[in-house]
Amino acid sequence: MSGQGQRLTVVPTVTMLGVMKARLVGATRGHALLKKKSDALTAQFRQILKKIVSAKESMGDIMRASSFSLTEAKYAAGDNIKHVVLESVRSATVRVRSRQENVAGVKLPKFEHFTDSAAADSKSSTDLTGLSRGGQQVRACRAAHIKAIEVLVELASLQTSFLTLDEAIKTTNRRVNALENVVKPRIENTISYIKAELDELEREDFFRLKKIQGYKKKALEKQTQDAKNFAEEKQLEEISLQRGISVNAAHNLLVAGGGKDDDIIF
Amino acid sequence: MYGFEAMTFNIHGGYLEAIVRGYRSGLLTAADYNNLCQCETLEDIKMHLTATEYGPFLQNEASPLHTTTIVEKCTLKLVDEYKHMMCQATEPLSTFLEYITYGHMIDNVVLIVTGTLHERDVQELLEKCHPLGMFESIATLAVAQNMRELYRLVLVDTPLAPYFSGYITSEDLDDMNIEIMRNTLYKAYLEDFYQFCKKLGGATSEIMCDLLAFEADRRAVNITINSIGTELTRDDRRKLYSNFGLLYPYGHEELAVCEDFDQVRAVLEKYPPYQSIYSKLSYGESQMLDKAFYEEEVKRLCLAFEQQFHYAVFFAYIRLREQEIRNLMWISECVAQNQKSRVHDSVVFIF
Repeated sequence: MSGQGQRLTVVPTVTMLGVMKARLVGATRGHALLKKKSDALTAQFRQILKKIVSAKESMGDIMRASSFSLTEAKYAAGDNIKHVVLESVRSATVRVRSRQENVAGVKLPKFEHFTDSAAADSKSSTDLTGLSRGGQQVRACRAAHIKAIEVLVELASLQTSFLTLDEAIKTTNRRVNALENVVKPRIENTISYIKAELDELEREDFFRLKKIQGYKKKALEKQTQDAKNFAEEKQLEEISLQRGISVNAAHNLLVAGGGKDDDIIF
Repeated sequence: MYGFEAMTFNIHGGYLEAIVRGYRSGLLTAADYNNLCQCETLEDIKMHLTATEYGPFLQNEASPLHTTTIVEKCTLKLVDEYKHMMCQATEPLSTFLEYITYGHMIDNVVLIVTGTLHERDVQELLEKCHPLGMFESIATLAVAQNMRELYRLVLVDTPLAPYFSGYITSEDLDDMNIEIMRNTLYKAYLEDFYQFCKKLGGATSEIMCDLLAFEADRRAVNITINSIGTELTRDDRRKLYSNFGLLYPYGHEELAVCEDFDQVRAVLEKYPPYQSIYSKLSYGESQMLDKAFYEEEVKRLCLAFEQQFHYAVFFAYIRLREQEIRNLMWISECVAQNQKSRVHDSVVFIF
């Protein structure tokens, strides 16, 4: 794992440990939430995909029917009917409006078509197009094309949400993975590092304490020993004083006798 | 009069009649249509068409072929032939030939006026006009802002002037008026053409009056059917019917009050020539009516070739050519859109 062995550069203190633990909790909660969001988005994604497939299938038929109805209109009303219709257009009757839909925090653009009432009113006059021939076909052609527009708008809406959702899912998944594989291990590593460091500090302290205790003990022992020695010496001195002989002197003599005398020549 | 025209007809009209009969034999036959219906791609259609009279017009077309290109080229051929005949024609045949194009002329004028109302570019509009209906001053139509100006500045010099003069009452141009204007003009045109043919006399008058009467009746029926469910009032509807034809006047009164397709049918079934059309259709079905009418028209137009020494052949030929272009358009659209099953629905075999 990429996060292995990495850790944040922090001062290993107990406070930091607390902070890190809080962060870990936060990261875990965030991870769970994002995972949930990703699942919700994926479900929505599948649903849209299904809708797109069916819309595309129906679009094939509808587009074919509409373009053929144009042929029928041309046949019945003459080739020029196209221009007659085109030139008499003032403003669009069918319009597209977009709004946003919120799915698990992702804003999906939705398109919907509606009929412009003002344009629809003036449309009634074009109803007379092809009055002498082919008027019905022209009307059928318009109906077929309006249907085609509806399907196209729906498909456009689905496709756009599809793309947006795809992007959102990718981002969310990236975040989930980043949390799972980078942030969380890093925090965990940091925590274990801090713990290890704290432990070591503790041990060091303990050891130091022990050492100091040992010194103290030794010093104490030495003191008591000294005191004891001193007491013994004192006692001995007292005894020798009583006998008139300094133990020390005897001692010294012995010592002196035992030692090398530099003015003695053998 | 009958018989006597045979003595003098060929002095002026003989050459052109020969030509038009020659053109007529260039029309696609049922065998051609069968071949065309078998085609899988537009390239195949082009290949078949290059073997026919259309060859020179389609030969140099670059490979990504569109239906519109085919239709355009076929129309070009028709225009070429028409111009050729027009150059050779003398009075009264030249006037007769001009009369044939007035229908397109009306369409073009209406198209330009509509486009101008919606502030389109005139040059663009001119490209969309039917080449048969072009006249010199057509581009200046754009300057007109209301009917009076339109008439005074432009139309007064065109052959359409008398038709417009009857419609000059309305001041403002809007969409509703324009479509009614188109039909009023067409009505005036048909009546004028009818009178002109009557004046010509002889076989021309006999055959042409019959053809025009059929045309007028068909328009009346179509206007009735197409205006069902629109804002067009009965009186307005009644005014758009031409004042001649088999249905005039009693049939028109009945058509004017029709509210659905079956009522129209009931009216027409009283007239024996139209019974055959409706006998092919089942009740409540209006989609195939166009084809039925086209078929009937083609039948009548073909009969015009059975007689000699008259002008109706020119009219019949132009109309048959137009039907042929419609057929080709239909076939190529079907092929291009992969709707081979529908290909036989609307093709009208001419011979």
